[in-house]
Amino acid sequence: MRRGASFRSVALAVAWRVLHNVFTTPSLLLPSLIFPLFFFTAFAGGLSRVDNIPGFDFPPGYTTFQFVFVLLQSAAFGGVFTGFGVARDFESGFARRLLLAAPQRGGLIAGYALAAVSRWAVTATILTVVAVAAHMKVGGDGVDLFGLYGLALIVSLAGTLWATGVAMRLRTMQAGPIMQMPVFLTLFFAPVYVPLDLLSGWLHAVAKVNPVTRLLEAGRSLIAGNPSEVGLAYGVAFALVAGFALWALRGLGSAERAGG
Amino acid sequence: MSQQAEHGIEAESLVRVFKGDIRAVDGIDLAVEPGEIYGFLGPNGAGKSTTVHMLTTLLPPSSGRARVAGFDVVHEGPQVRRAIGAALQEAALDPLLTGREHLRLQCALHGIPRAERRHRANELLERVGLTLAADRKVKGYSGGMKRRLDLALALAHRPTILFLDEPTTGLDVQSRSALWVEVVRLARDEGVTVFLTTQYLEEADALADRVGIIDHGRIVAEGTTDELKAQIGRPTVEAIPGDGTEAAALARILERFGERTDGSPKGVSVRLSRGVGDLAEIVRALDSEGLRVEHLQLHAPSLDDVFLAKTGRSLEGAGEEAEAEEVEAET
Amino acid sequence: MTALAAQVGHIARRSLVRTLRQPASAIPPFIFPMALLAVTAAGLDSATRLPGFPSDSFLAFFLAFPFIQGALFATMNAGTDLARDIQTGFLNRLSLTPMRGAALVTGHLAGVVTMGAVQACFYLAVGLAAGVSIASGVLGALTILGLATLIALAFGALGTFFALRTGSGESVQGLFPLLFVGLFLSSMNLPRNLIEADWFRFTATINPISYLIEGVRSLIIEGWDAQALALGFGMAGMIAVLSLTASAWALRGRLTRT
Repeated sequence: MRRGASFRSVALAVAWRVLHNVFTTPSLLLPSLIFPLFFFTAFAGGLSRVDNIPGFDFPPGYTTFQFVFVLLQSAAFGGVFTGFGVARDFESGFARRLLLAAPQRGGLIAGYALAAVSRWAVTATILTVVAVAAHMKVGGDGVDLFGLYGLALIVSLAGTLWATGVAMRLRTMQAGPIMQMPVFLTLFFAPVYVPLDLLSGWLHAVAKVNPVTRLLEAGRSLIAGNPSEVGLAYGVAFALVAGFALWALRGLGSAERAGG
Repeated sequence: MSQQAEHGIEAESLVRVFKGDIRAVDGIDLAVEPGEIYGFLGPNGAGKSTTVHMLTTLLPPSSGRARVAGFDVVHEGPQVRRAIGAALQEAALDPLLTGREHLRLQCALHGIPRAERRHRANELLERVGLTLAADRKVKGYSGGMKRRLDLALALAHRPTILFLDEPTTGLDVQSRSALWVEVVRLARDEGVTVFLTTQYLEEADALADRVGIIDHGRIVAEGTTDELKAQIGRPTVEAIPGDGTEAAALARILERFGERTDGSPKGVSVRLSRGVGDLAEIVRALDSEGLRVEHLQLHAPSLDDVFLAKTGRSLEGAGEEAEAEEVEAET
Repeated sequence: MTALAAQVGHIARRSLVRTLRQPASAIPPFIFPMALLAVTAAGLDSATRLPGFPSDSFLAFFLAFPFIQGALFATMNAGTDLARDIQTGFLNRLSLTPMRGAALVTGHLAGVVTMGAVQACFYLAVGLAAGVSIASGVLGALTILGLATLIALAFGALGTFFALRTGSGESVQGLFPLLFVGLFLSSMNLPRNLIEADWFRFTATINPISYLIEGVRSLIIEGWDAQALALGFGMAGMIAVLSLTASAWALRGRLTRT
């Protein structure tokens, strides 16, 4: 089999297995569906008054404002959940079987990533349906929305590659908090509840340099129909993917040297 | 002698029924004398652990009566628990505590005065060979070490009756032998009554003064190991002559000790009239006649043979069958 | 009575030792609530500009949250530890000693409550160090610790009930998302009168956790609010009584010894 075909077949096989396991195991599927819905409900519902803060200027409203954050959060954490699965595979010994069977081992990472974005696509669909049902206002057109969801998809990929790299290095479920905490902190050290210019103090300083802020602001501008710094956001997203892809590949090397 | 030391274990028509009308114990009668080692043998799922749980007051019987150390297991539970120690099927240890901390907790809960606890813990740790590992957390212990700690905990309050539920399952040969030595010492030197459940024939053979064989919740045979084996047959001796022409002479000698029976086509088999004690005489007789024997073997009935005779199944196969029935009942 | 107290002491000591020897369980209740406090207080600081917002410091407003989140950790730790005892058979070992059932639950909870009190002191100390002033003064701070301890008891007993009922650590862990949802669907982020969405405000109003938060919060930002305190202590007491009763019932089913 040619190298490219081998890579593709490994990726597809791994992706199929992950998706099959997730969609037939409620305890794996439900958290990744329910938590984004819950956060959306809690933030958009509970904090809707926040758009009355003097200086809060986001025409589509708070529901839409929070939708973008939750969409990106679900993308990032979808990747982390996939990372849990990778860690589980190593802990159970199944990863050793995959390493032995796969002629192109990079295909393993591609497979996990493919599964993660596919899984996230389902989450994003459900989240969107719920948001629309909650009368979320959308200012952007089809191109803008394509840009938003495309950005989120790349974030999902970045999250997966990060978590996969951690999982392949540590090869235990106890790596869960190490996968989760940096993602959590990075997401929350950003303009989650209010726009950047309404933040103050240390959080404003941190959020200004946080790459997630670029993603959030661009995403919000897209859904508002007023795209701004989208190129920069995509650049940041691709840079994250490139960096974490290298991280994941090196993690794969670490796992290979350890014999799985 | 205290009331506790005078009494062993008595059970009368003991029954335990679980949900789904599963009769895990279906009418057990037994009596264990003080100071006796009683082996309770049976395959997995036979009802051994359920019986132990009832006798140790962890589970109330559905019907029937039992007295342990002279106290009724249903109505005098606290008194029973004061008199007994138990090392159950699971080692039941806290992985985050050290061996010494386990012993101190056990002593404290049994009301052993603080001044005595340290000494008692040290004494028990030494007795089971865990002094060096005493201050390590149990999660770092091997299986054998956990079992030894389990035994030490069961002995913390100096019980007169000890329940050991499959104490050597999963242990290596050395650890098993060490545990056997300790069990025998407890019974012989300290007069502790030991109720031992096991699925290992050689363990029952080696340790037990008397054995009860349980299957499907009922005792199917009970007695000393010799009595049980004698119930189903006497031992046979099989000899193969070094020179094939001497087969008839060999047969004449062996037939002096018992009746001829079927065996290997090349040899002569005889069922001994009196038992294994004749083996030495047989060897002397063969020697005095100058007969050279290529192969001489004694076949004694085993407890598995006893089980087979009583239930129609071998002890090993019976375990898998019982487990399958349990799974079927649960589903 | 002395024997019971001694047994409670032994079990409580073991509960504490076990918690401290599991950094993965012991540390998160200190770290996570503080992380959330920091990001939320900073992220929503501008909410103090909303008309009718009861404080000019969102940190002071939000400081009540860690006490409740810490209690959730108490639930999980209490329940998981006890479930592990059931699964490993250690409960059987304890059952064979003269230990009374009441001592098992009380001792176990005593350990949980002690940790809860330590956590509460930590949260209060961090709040004070970050510049929050307690409107109700020193006595109010002590009252906060008392209420927080009662809340830890209430939620610890809830975890204990689930452990005794199910005998499974996984089932206890399954509680966490439910409690987490309960925490968020409350007046955690905004006072109830400023919650715009009717359904959310209604949910927060019927959610007992809102009253626990408001009880602690009133002592921090308002001073002595009798109604808020009565509701806070009342809810905590009610949850504690219900959970302890349920635990006692579940214990009878679990501890079948004669």
